[in-house]
Amino acid sequence: MKRARLSKIKEPVIENLFLLFALTSIIILALIVVFLFKEGLPIFGKVSIKDFLFGKYWYPTYDPPEFGILPLIAASILVTLLASVIAVPLGVLSAVYISEIAGRRIQEILKPIIELLASLPSVVIGFFGMVVLAPFLQDVFDIATGLNGLNASLMLALMSVPTISSISEDAIHSVPRELREASLALGATKWETISRVVIPASLSGICTAAILGMSRAIGETMVVLMVAGGAAAIPESIFDPCRPMPASIAAEMAEAPFRSYHYHALFATGVVLFVMTLLFNVIADCVSHKYKQVGTATL
Amino acid sequence: MSNNIKMATENMSFYYGDFRAIDNITLGFRENYVTALIGPSGCGKSTYIRTLNRMNDIIPGTRVEGKVLLDGENIYASSVDVVEIRKRVGMVFQKPNPFPKTIFNDVAYGLRLKGIKNRSELQDRVEASLKAAAIWDEVKDRLNKSALSLSGGQQQRLCIARALAIEPEVLLMDEPASALDPIATQKIEELITELKKNYTIIIVTHNMQQAARVSDITAFFYMGKLIEVNTTEKMFTRPSKKQTEDYITGRFG
Amino acid sequence: MEFRKKRKLIEGLAFGVIRLSTVIICLALAIMLGFILLYGYKAITWTFLTQPPTEAMTKGGIFPAIVGTFYLTLGAIVVAFPLGVASAIYLSEYARQGRLVRFIRLGINNLAGVPSVVFGLFGLGLFVVFLGFGSSILSGSLTLGFLILPVIIGTSEEALKAVPQTYREASLALGGTKWQTIYKVVLPAALPGILTGSILGIGRAAGETAPIMFTAAAFYTPKLPSSVFDEVMALPYHIYVLATAGTHIEETRHLQYGTALVLIALVLGINLVAIIIRTKIRRKQTY
Repeated sequence: MKRARLSKIKEPVIENLFLLFALTSIIILALIVVFLFKEGLPIFGKVSIKDFLFGKYWYPTYDPPEFGILPLIAASILVTLLASVIAVPLGVLSAVYISEIAGRRIQEILKPIIELLASLPSVVIGFFGMVVLAPFLQDVFDIATGLNGLNASLMLALMSVPTISSISEDAIHSVPRELREASLALGATKWETISRVVIPASLSGICTAAILGMSRAIGETMVVLMVAGGAAAIPESIFDPCRPMPASIAAEMAEAPFRSYHYHALFATGVVLFVMTLLFNVIADCVSHKYKQVGTATL
Repeated sequence: MSNNIKMATENMSFYYGDFRAIDNITLGFRENYVTALIGPSGCGKSTYIRTLNRMNDIIPGTRVEGKVLLDGENIYASSVDVVEIRKRVGMVFQKPNPFPKTIFNDVAYGLRLKGIKNRSELQDRVEASLKAAAIWDEVKDRLNKSALSLSGGQQQRLCIARALAIEPEVLLMDEPASALDPIATQKIEELITELKKNYTIIIVTHNMQQAARVSDITAFFYMGKLIEVNTTEKMFTRPSKKQTEDYITGRFG
Repeated sequence: MEFRKKRKLIEGLAFGVIRLSTVIICLALAIMLGFILLYGYKAITWTFLTQPPTEAMTKGGIFPAIVGTFYLTLGAIVVAFPLGVASAIYLSEYARQGRLVRFIRLGINNLAGVPSVVFGLFGLGLFVVFLGFGSSILSGSLTLGFLILPVIIGTSEEALKAVPQTYREASLALGGTKWQTIYKVVLPAALPGILTGSILGIGRAAGETAPIMFTAAAFYTPKLPSSVFDEVMALPYHIYVLATAGTHIEETRHLQYGTALVLIALVLGINLVAIIIRTKIRRKQTY
């Protein structure tokens, strides 16, 4: 009897203990928000939110300093968009290849390759962009420096391809076989089946993949730090060196005096970056939940 | 009805890897007849019907021996385009499998594959197919709604309409009513009787009453072999083989 | 006939483009690995792996960076493993569908999406400054641990979910409590999968640079750490430093390639182990 009573108390205690652990992710997320804002907000005693976000000049070490992060935001958007333009087609098409066209053996080789690509440390990709791709681009396009928006975009694309590919592949894989059979039985070719049935049916998953890929690209630090060129001016072409937000934070934090305006401005830039990626993730979450039911008919 | 053989298999065997699922079957299907394929689960009747429009091509590691003839021409010959065969031999599956598209686009799918782009022609033919599948009255006001919003029985008739839209010559039905309730089943059966005026129909069913009700000819399959084929009437009253009789009277299967 | 040919042609073209995309990805990976292997292997010597850098980091080895990365990674997994597995147990075994769970999952998904540099800022704000740990192994490990937490949760939950329901029912039917069932039946069955996830997490932590830049990594310390409050060198940061800072960037190129090769070998090796274990589990799994 005593034992039974004990377990009656013990079990709910255990359950709640695990709940507590499960809440740590939320708590960490909350702490991230708290500390970003805590260290970031003081900058707005110096500049207004509007001047911070839309100011065209980022001269944090000048006297008087200027804290406009528009060039950094513009650079981030440029490299992210360009990277997506490259990575989304590559990622989605490779997913189509892996799940629809390749035989089982090729599948078993390709999947780990994509995973290996995903696991490459970003500093190594940045290093490659710096020492191999940059001189190459410089020669090919005959430009002043190969460390620029294009280089950063190419390397970022390479980093987001695995994300896009593996999430798209999951989505494509979950399209029921019955739909493919229905299409083939109506005299569709394999490609017609893929393009008119399989891809439309997995579109929400593919969109989620693209958004998460973009989110990965915009938040990626080492690559843009090492290969984007570092110029804090609004880029006018893809061949201009630029300074996306993460690069700015990573490069300057070491030099910024503790709790100076510069230090606070970098934290505030972190807030902007955080909010942007949060937005991407929330959108991705909504897309994937809203249009989830595409399966076969249920009776 | 005619006595013309529309489709046939000659000494046809089918393998999944080394396993012989269909063993040397020779069987003809008459034009404008309904032929029912019956037999216990795993007897190969579904595998067999899927060789008639080469649906099994998509399963890796399978192969066919012998011939499958459509109007006397072997559909497994290397010069034959499988896509063309599937247009001539339509198929309705066990589980209703409408595309996650609108009702209209679902039926128009096959027409668009044929290159028909003209809107009014599409409309006419979608309407004609939905009428032929006896579902027009139920869906005519909501052609732009999702096909997934229909009930199971309606979905299955939509799939039939979709198959009819591309004007096949032969219609394969793989247990088309097995996932449906009795009322929906009855509608499908009535439809089959109606459709045989224009199509050669081959239907797989595990429901013997259904075979008796809708078919003219019945073929009994067992362990990948064709045991007996005869008119449905004879088959259910005086089967010539002991195994057939055992199955029909419910002694196994 | 014309139309039929056109359809075939379109299909051929489309498949060509699809194949090309896949080839491009593989080629990019091959070129990158090829360069680093080709230029990096010459730098790899016994001295390189076992000695500290000398002469203003233009000669010598990377031993302190290897040790530093080892400690940081070890610390990260010590932080993330218990938290991650416990979270996964809650989500897989206890949680019922509802708002709370949706909320927790949203939190995990968003944590997974937080940029690594933001983790760095967070670590700086919380551990280095607020808690006063300074730039140290402790700060860096905690930051990295939180970074890989979503990875551990995700893979552990998948492993727990793969345990067949019948195992649980069998244990409960024998009079086991829920906790006994989880502890004695579900966890052992899921353990290989959970370990795979943890190994993947280790691989991720070992390769990250941005989170440790402000929280743990030292530009140069020849001596090995003696406590968790010491700064350390780390492989990823060392590559960054050699490649971008200082006056000898060109002369130390071979050291940079060498360090990159060591890091890649480490990370890919770790991942390979995980992939092999996972493949083995999948083959063995009879359920």
